[in-house]
Amino acid sequence: MSEPLVRLENVRFAYGERAILRGISLSIPRGKVVAIMGGSGCGKTTLLRLIGGQERAVGGRVTVDGQDVAGLGRDALYALRRRMGMLFQFGALFTDMSVFDNVAFPLREHTDLPAELINDLVMMKLHAVGLRGAAKLMPGELSGGMARRVALARTIALDPMLLMYDEPFTGLDPISLGVIGQLIRRLNDALGASSVIVTHDIQESLQIVDYIYFISEGRVVAEGTPDEIRNSADPFVSQFVHAQADGPVPFHYPAGDYATALVGGAG
Amino acid sequence: MADVFRKMGSMAINGIWQLGFIARFFWLILVYSGQSFTRIHLTLRELYFSGVMSLLIILVSGLFVGLVLGLQGYETLQRYGASDSLGTLVALSLVRELGPVVAGLLFASRAGSAVTAEIGLMKVTEQLKAMDMMAVSPIARVVAPRFWGGVISMPLLAALFSAMGVFGGWLIGVVVIGVDDGAFWAQMQDAVDFRYDVLNGVIKSGVFGVAVALIAVFEGYDCVPTAEGVSRAITRTVVSSALAILALDFVMTSFMFRG
Amino acid sequence: MSRTTMDLWVGVFVAMGIAALFFLALKVGSISGSDIQSPYLLSARFDNIGGLKVRAPVKVAGVLVGRVSEIRYDNERFQAEVVFTVDGRYKFPTDTFANILTSGLLGEQYLGLDPGGEEKLLAPGDVIKKTQSAVVLEKLISQFMFSKAAEGEPAPAK
Repeated sequence: MSEPLVRLENVRFAYGERAILRGISLSIPRGKVVAIMGGSGCGKTTLLRLIGGQERAVGGRVTVDGQDVAGLGRDALYALRRRMGMLFQFGALFTDMSVFDNVAFPLREHTDLPAELINDLVMMKLHAVGLRGAAKLMPGELSGGMARRVALARTIALDPMLLMYDEPFTGLDPISLGVIGQLIRRLNDALGASSVIVTHDIQESLQIVDYIYFISEGRVVAEGTPDEIRNSADPFVSQFVHAQADGPVPFHYPAGDYATALVGGAG
Repeated sequence: MADVFRKMGSMAINGIWQLGFIARFFWLILVYSGQSFTRIHLTLRELYFSGVMSLLIILVSGLFVGLVLGLQGYETLQRYGASDSLGTLVALSLVRELGPVVAGLLFASRAGSAVTAEIGLMKVTEQLKAMDMMAVSPIARVVAPRFWGGVISMPLLAALFSAMGVFGGWLIGVVVIGVDDGAFWAQMQDAVDFRYDVLNGVIKSGVFGVAVALIAVFEGYDCVPTAEGVSRAITRTVVSSALAILALDFVMTSFMFRG
Repeated sequence: MSRTTMDLWVGVFVAMGIAALFFLALKVGSISGSDIQSPYLLSARFDNIGGLKVRAPVKVAGVLVGRVSEIRYDNERFQAEVVFTVDGRYKFPTDTFANILTSGLLGEQYLGLDPGGEEKLLAPGDVIKKTQSAVVLEKLISQFMFSKAAEGEPAPAK
């Protein structure tokens, strides 16, 4: 149990010329819930896709359960992904299937279980997220929070060892938000899994996670347990925690001199 | 001046890149087809959406094209006192050209655009990525069934279109105008050869089916994942399918009907 | 839409499509072109074949018995050589006459065979020697005009 489940060592990544990650090292210990935070567009989602093997790093190493993700062939990668679950930002439910069929999808694709057993398993998963009664509905009939919970049920259908959440709190009302937060924590402990949450919702995260990494401009700029973060004197962290508009993360996108731009525009 | 050449050059290079992508994609579909054939209901479902749902428009358009051919053909033929050949004219134009081509164009705008929209929207809502993360290949699960659904539907739809058109021509020529029924069918059967005309028409529609289905799934899979990107991809599907059908039709006609 | 209704519709659709194909094959077209049984080849030489084309019908007494399969120019005899396939059920005497005829005034040209009275039959690969070339309309018209002109000439002299 000493070896962390996921380990990133000096990972670099770029889309073409545009560098997204400039050398990130972090680890996700087994059984823990870890949050990765940062402003919008700082490469948090990319980080998840590197762990899931959907993107390959330009440099550095990503290891999951001792395996180098970048070095895996297709079949080995798919075998690894069966033990991972990823919750996408807006749930990514299959819109042409009912809630039941959505949750049953991974079970039907990857197992040869008889229909009754699949039925029982799906009902158990839906019960865990409190939506057993919605099994017959189509995704279009669900609210945002319910859709997210159904997606969560689908994510845990195969009892994964690693759960990844991409912005799970975006666009939810405070009640749904609290429900999702509690579910993430409860499911992690119940399944004995490890979780990574990519988010910029600091208040919710501080209540449920075990450890937090802050990322800015492609680097880890701060890290610590929730208590350490709350009391941190680091200007970046305090800007983030107290939601100040200006600070180490500037309000203005890098631009030329304002006066010159105005006068120059007139001439 | 140099700019014009540079633009043309970059367009040519992009075109070749795109062709390469499509070819690779086609190969992937073929590789994953085995997986999707073992679960035939996926393909049957797409056969329903691209075939059965296109049935009405194909039958109605086929009937109208046949009616028009009957009227126009009669109008022209009776000037030369050859109105008995109406059946030949209607059947040959439908079986050789109009059936496969018009059915292909209708199929591209009805079913092809729907497939592009569906796959494009699945991409926008991250359903394809989610599937990939669940260790289920989107090409095997989503793309290949839709491709084969289109490939199988197309020749059947073209045959229905031609049959309906011949019926329309018969309706106008024999029932309305009063061309002799026996002469209509006899002249037609005399002139239309199974292997030379009918089979070549079926081959044409099969090739169009592959082209339209491939373009539709490729544009959907390759689209920019935004609302605008999907709408552009749909437009591209219809336009490229139409161009592909007409160009392939010319090439195949020049090989098939030279005699 | 339940699975079974969908399956039913797909079944109906496929059945309709196949029925349409059969309709095209049997009612609209005729399999006659490929229906020639145990075919054999014959050929004939003509001075002029007019507008005869490959795949043109070969008829005897108005009945279709085969199709033209090849047309080539014989550079030694300065003649056109027409090779055609004939249904194996039909046999013809060696003094059969081959004509190039036109169906109707403007119709397509076809190869017409007139069987003679000889006892010996043509074997596969044989050449028909008695032939009559296509009627070329321009020649016919100019002949007609010349003869008219020849008839008309003496008139003004009177």
